[in-house]
Amino acid sequence: MGVEEKLPAGILLTTVEGVVNWSRKASFWPATFGLACCAIEMMASGSARYDLGRFGMEVFRATPRQADLMIVAGRVSQKMAPVLRQIYDQMPEPKWVLSMGVCASSGGMFNNYAIVQGVDHIVPVDMYLPGCPPRPEMLMDALLKLHEKVQAEPLGDKRRVIVAEEDAPAVPLGSMPSSYRFNKAKAAKWREAVEEGSEEQLRITEWMADREAIRSGKGKR
Amino acid sequence: MSILPKSAAGFGVTFSHMFKKVVTEEYPEKPPAVAPRYHGRHILNRHPDGLEKCIGCELCAWACPADAIFVEGADNSDENRFSPGERYAGDYQINYARCIFCGLCIEACPTRSLTMSNEYELARDDRRDLIFTKEQLLAPLLPGMEQPPHAMRLGNSEKDYYISGPENPGMSKGAEGRPVDDAPGAGSERRTGEHR
Repeated sequence: MGVEEKLPAGILLTTVEGVVNWSRKASFWPATFGLACCAIEMMASGSARYDLGRFGMEVFRATPRQADLMIVAGRVSQKMAPVLRQIYDQMPEPKWVLSMGVCASSGGMFNNYAIVQGVDHIVPVDMYLPGCPPRPEMLMDALLKLHEKVQAEPLGDKRRVIVAEEDAPAVPLGSMPSSYRFNKAKAAKWREAVEEGSEEQLRITEWMADREAIRSGKGKR
Repeated sequence: MSILPKSAAGFGVTFSHMFKKVVTEEYPEKPPAVAPRYHGRHILNRHPDGLEKCIGCELCAWACPADAIFVEGADNSDENRFSPGERYAGDYQINYARCIFCGLCIEACPTRSLTMSNEYELARDDRRDLIFTKEQLLAPLLPGMEQPPHAMRLGNSEKDYYISGPENPGMSKGAEGRPVDDAPGAGSERRTGEHR
């Protein structure tokens, strides 16, 4: 696209890539696209208690021209599908799509002729977030996983080739739960578990250990 | 009040918030406690000897309003035993891209095999990763448990696994077991659902 295509890839470009990706991920501006009940949780996520402003994305833009993230919050009806696609097309590159809730991800419990069975029939989706509706923490978890993916995105075609030749990370990008990734001890445990293929068992074990705290209501978790 | 201009009084409201407690929760670093009965991802439980509780009856799949559960039963034999009794779940999948966490499957389960945890961090970038297989759903082996297939260790027939279940807390050891002090009546004064 630009100068990054012509320059040889090296330390300079990888550093630039890091800075560019950091600035992209740290200032996601979502397009307002609430379609159903998930939108209520999305609005709650922007409010004081959950405060998406901590991740640089409290501004939900009313125009797609200023947005780079589309949170499809809710079930997409067949009638809404072309509208959704148009809004996506109006967003400038680079852009990402987060499919929030089971209805957007796969149609959820609405397996009928009126609802699009997954918004990925219309637009490319970068992160699927289950839940009905997902609580604001789940949305933040999905956003932070998307951050991790955006941070590792190659800048330009040359870097894309280089990154594709490198070995894939042992823990796939955007697969570690955020409460693990932001806690060094738990992240190390997770990496260990991925090697053994038992990360889901680790989650259950950790939850069982925390359960007393959750029951008593004061929970550290 | 008359001495101060009206705008100063307005800013005073803003300023007073400097001394109030911050309501924002620090999610990824310090996740808040969820309600004790928050509906999170499922767990397939085990008997205290490690045999699976699931008997492959498909009642959860029938109860599911979103058609998110797939169960394929298979026959136990004495050489190849995964659960007490005749049948076990040969294949068990939950599609989290469909599951609405309503808990009807938990209500339908006759053996308390399927329960829910409070885990909610399930987002993935591929729809295929949202289909959890039996290996992912099964509870880890606790001390004293043995990886199936193996013979029934708690008695001669499957009746021994179920008959004293409610009275014997050891029978529901694992992810779904509740502590003994939380038995009916013992902890009824405790308020559930309260956090923060």
